[in-house]
Amino acid sequence: MRRWRRLLSLLALLSIWQAVAGYVLPSRSPDAATLLPPPTAVVGAFIDLLKNGVILSDAAASLHRIVIGFALAAAAGILAGAVMGWWPAIGRLVDPLVEFLRPIPPMAWIPLGLLWFGIGDAQNIFIIFLGAVYPIVINTYTGVRGVERTLVWAAQTLGGRRWQILCEIVLPGAFPLILTGLRIGLGVGWMALVAAELVGASSGLGFLIEDSRNLLFTERVLLGMVVIGLLGFLMDQVMRVAQRRLVAWAER
Amino acid sequence: MASLDINDVTKFYALRDGQRFEALGCVNLSIGEGEFVSIVGPSGCGKSSLLRIVAGLEEPSGGEVVFDGIAVAGPSSRRGMVFQEYALPPWKTVAQNVELGLKFRGVPPKERAQIAQRYITLVGLQGFEHRYPRELSGGMRQRCALARTLANDPDLLLMDEPFAAVDAQTREILQEELLKIWGGHLTPQRRKMVLFVTHSIDEAIFLSDRVVVMSSRPGIIKEVFTNPLPRPRADESRSSPVFLEARDHLWGQLKSETLKAISQAVED
Repeated sequence: MRRWRRLLSLLALLSIWQAVAGYVLPSRSPDAATLLPPPTAVVGAFIDLLKNGVILSDAAASLHRIVIGFALAAAAGILAGAVMGWWPAIGRLVDPLVEFLRPIPPMAWIPLGLLWFGIGDAQNIFIIFLGAVYPIVINTYTGVRGVERTLVWAAQTLGGRRWQILCEIVLPGAFPLILTGLRIGLGVGWMALVAAELVGASSGLGFLIEDSRNLLFTERVLLGMVVIGLLGFLMDQVMRVAQRRLVAWAER
Repeated sequence: MASLDINDVTKFYALRDGQRFEALGCVNLSIGEGEFVSIVGPSGCGKSSLLRIVAGLEEPSGGEVVFDGIAVAGPSSRRGMVFQEYALPPWKTVAQNVELGLKFRGVPPKERAQIAQRYITLVGLQGFEHRYPRELSGGMRQRCALARTLANDPDLLLMDEPFAAVDAQTREILQEELLKIWGGHLTPQRRKMVLFVTHSIDEAIFLSDRVVVMSSRPGIIKEVFTNPLPRPRADESRSSPVFLEARDHLWGQLKSETLKAISQAVED
């Protein structure tokens, strides 16, 4: 029943959009119709771009970048967070640096990224990395520091060395928070990617939006936005399921 | 030949306002081979802190702990510890938990499983090898933690209020099982040294050879009571005249300290 109601609100939005963009705006002026095409036009654009393969190749380009950028951010973020949390001396040293860099939005790095890497994958991946890495570092760090003290004590009196305790006790114990960090990081990375593609790419969904705007293919702009939203939603759902499956023990 | 000497151990913490928080006064205690020693004392007397110092988890502010002729400088698998909160990682099964110390020490997987199985059987957890801690009762969790510590075959067993979180009936059963496993019926040469921290006078008398009474904070040893209760001990021991006399005596010692601890708590 609840699911029904959620669909209902979506359906209402689509009908109003169709009514306004399909009938009200064209009757006023042709320019207004260009600014907001109706959902049916977006579906038409989808069919067109599916036929010529553009939408698939752009989505693939974006996904390719997010996979690489996110994997790099996950590896670096978990490593840095674990080291900072488990060796407090290093943590105290690095923490101010992280806290200083973190508030700089990944989008603010785009001009510098363009200077360093030019247009294309490297620049986009750089921006994804910057968007995704901080939530992963912070959550891993918090998770490692939050592992129950007695679990570590017990491992120490069982003869565990420091790196053994890190692998057997601390990282698994921090895993629920690490996964939360990965989920947030993936979301931020995806947003950062689209921003990076708007200005620094010749393929990808962000590029599709920007390119279509230049050509006044507004229905393609909207299509790009919808696809970006859907893919982001799907990735988050995958992370949610992974979270539930992998850390069943953390639920009470 | 294992031996433990606690020499002039003190512990204080620096507070934020620059003052010292004294947890332990000056503690001296020696434990002989195969001896079961309990420490009782009011809350906050530093008895758990003392146990962690012996384990090597905390450094004393002064004095030293000498184990087997060598000053303790950090934790070791030869000084195993059981915690009140069980300290079982919730993502490891009973078998994985019991194998943990063996894994740390590099025992090959096959041998590890065999040894773990032996100790799981010893504490009566056979059939629960693949259960997770959350699927077990408090008593079973503590059995698992005990098996995990014993699987390392430590020379000294440190127990920090291990039965405080289980109900009274289970607690008495676990006490009897602990004595059986420890070897209350064996000669001292074949027993492990145990240092057992508890709130309960009854538990201390039922289990130990000697009972150490600690004062309220900063904790010092008020009395070392040699327990005349004969071994082997069973349920009947708890109502024997010797037991009741020991309880009266120890309660007399502990009561004034507990009252002091209560007024300290009010001041804090």
